[in-house]
Amino acid sequence: MKILVIEDDREAAGFMKKAFAEAGHTADIAPDGESGFALAETGSYDVFVIDRMLPRRDGLSIIAELRSKGNATPALILSALGEVDDRVTGLRAGGDDYLTKPYAFSELLARIEVLKRRAGAKDIETVYRVGDLELDRLSHAVRRGGQEITLQPREFRLLEYLMRHAGQVVTRTMLLENVWDYHFDPQTNVIDVHISRLRGKIERGFDKPVLHTVRGAGYMLRAD
Amino acid sequence: MPAMPAIMKTTAARLSALYLILFAICAVVLVIYVTSLSVRMITAQTQEAIAEEVSGLGRAYQRGGLPTLVRAMEMRARQPGANLYLITDPNGLILSGNVESIQPGVLDTVGWTDRPFAYRRYGEDSGENSRHTAVAQVIRLPNRMILLVGRDLGEPERFRNVVRNALMAALGMMGFGALLIWFFVGRRALKRIDNVSAASRQIMGGDLSRRLPVSGAGDEFDRLSENLNAMLDRISALNEGLKQVSANIAHDLKTPLTRLRNRAEAALNRREDEAACREALEQTIAESDQLIRTFNAILMISRLEAGYSAETTKTVDLSAIVADVVELYEPAAEEMGVELKAEAEVAVRIDGNRELIGQALSNIVDNAIKYSAGGANESPAVSVTLQKHAGAVRLTVRDNGPGIPEADRERATERFVRLEASRTQPGSGLGLSLAKAVMTFHGGRLELSGDGEGLSVAMVFPAGKNG
Repeated sequence: MKILVIEDDREAAGFMKKAFAEAGHTADIAPDGESGFALAETGSYDVFVIDRMLPRRDGLSIIAELRSKGNATPALILSALGEVDDRVTGLRAGGDDYLTKPYAFSELLARIEVLKRRAGAKDIETVYRVGDLELDRLSHAVRRGGQEITLQPREFRLLEYLMRHAGQVVTRTMLLENVWDYHFDPQTNVIDVHISRLRGKIERGFDKPVLHTVRGAGYMLRAD
Repeated sequence: MPAMPAIMKTTAARLSALYLILFAICAVVLVIYVTSLSVRMITAQTQEAIAEEVSGLGRAYQRGGLPTLVRAMEMRARQPGANLYLITDPNGLILSGNVESIQPGVLDTVGWTDRPFAYRRYGEDSGENSRHTAVAQVIRLPNRMILLVGRDLGEPERFRNVVRNALMAALGMMGFGALLIWFFVGRRALKRIDNVSAASRQIMGGDLSRRLPVSGAGDEFDRLSENLNAMLDRISALNEGLKQVSANIAHDLKTPLTRLRNRAEAALNRREDEAACREALEQTIAESDQLIRTFNAILMISRLEAGYSAETTKTVDLSAIVADVVELYEPAAEEMGVELKAEAEVAVRIDGNRELIGQALSNIVDNAIKYSAGGANESPAVSVTLQKHAGAVRLTVRDNGPGIPEADRERATERFVRLEASRTQPGSGLGLSLAKAVMTFHGGRLELSGDGEGLSVAMVFPAGKNG
């Protein structure tokens, strides 16, 4: 995946470039708004990571202009401003995701990978399949190995989100945002407990685990 | 304005001076007008009297010629306070009358003398006092002799003097009055402004607890002082908050930062032991995550206290938020052996911010679960109730944990306060402070209570337009 990082903090940008490379992606760095916009316009990137406060041109105006020119490349906004209204203005300007500094790199990586495949065909699929696990989005039925599994509504939505992003790391905050639609930081392990409940339902009685914990990052649904 | 006395720099003194000058001009104009009017009236009276005399004498002349005229004239001239009478030959030689000498040239005129002239009466000393002025009518008799009938102007002169003296007295009184006004009004205003200036200097000098003096008169000075005092109250409240935050940051962020640093240093020294290094790094990340959480909470509280933009609130369904949060925490509560139940009226709507209320409620529920699980009660339970009372919406979270002693309840919502009993629990100590800030932002309040065992935390919202 080719990523454009528009970030004026050299050290942070350098770290990102290295960490993205380790994860198998290539990242170009633009140190200010103007050069970042010029690079973004070439259209050769899969995802943009854009700092909100940049020299010469602010991040939101870059995204807004790209969108008005028909460039739909997913953009993640990085910002030191993490308040509710800042997030709203960021997304309204055309950003696809919003991450507050300081952040964990694993969180950034997970979100970028989800963003890249966001535009994929998953939204129109009515049945998700991961190994022998099957989720029917229309009839709300979940089966594993042909065996019906009963889930609570929220558990269903949790599994649906995990299956839509099967093979990708999904962080706890991503789950809270997308399944519960809250953006605050749950202080305790509330999400973990929901996951372990779900795990109990979809893994009990079966040999192979499908819902994996990714240490230090989050969870991943994957059939080995 | 070089070398202007300080006193003249005050508005009051300048106004006093201006009014003094204006009044003086008015007074002078008035006096001049009154005087000239009076003088004209007196002159008219004088001329009338003279004209009467002249016609009287004329009748005497017609009756018996010159001898009768002279007789009538001399008779009149002998009366006390008599007018001036004079008959001369055509060359101006005095033949008869009560005038000894007369300013030359007067007798050459015919009719009314056009200006007062000097003369001397018979039998008077030739001193300064004997010089008088008069107006007169000069008539040529048919035999070319000259008849003069006049009247002394001593009376109008005296009148003019009286007026002049009165004017001087009035001006003096006005000056005195202006001084008095300046003293009582100007000096007082000056003194009050000086007091305010002195108080502001002290405040600027760092004594933020001082306030500007309010006299209680309720005038514009008081209103100004009151408004400035209200501003100072707000400033000192913000300042106090800032001070507290910096003190708390120093304490609650420096301690974990020191721990973080020490751990990294220790790991660096044990380079050969990879597992230990890894563990140290993981702990470092966990610690910095906690730091970030604390920091975010501090920022959020500050932002809330500074006032949020109104754009962030809209009609929200409190019942749905309660359901969300309870549903979110239910598995965690169950795992800790705590029974979490909700009893909420449906479709309770208020004006608010879903994110903020959700976060505040989850903080409170999180606390309640932790403390009831850690309490001595054998069947720990947390209940969330949502009720709409007259004019208010109460969202109450009640646990049956150890509770908070009444004396400590007020303190519990202060920033970073973690009561002794809870020191061992994880958390930033900001949960309740954040909830309180969220409630203040929503125009509501956070109430802590508890009867017997447990703690009850109520988020009290003013009922929205839908409630």
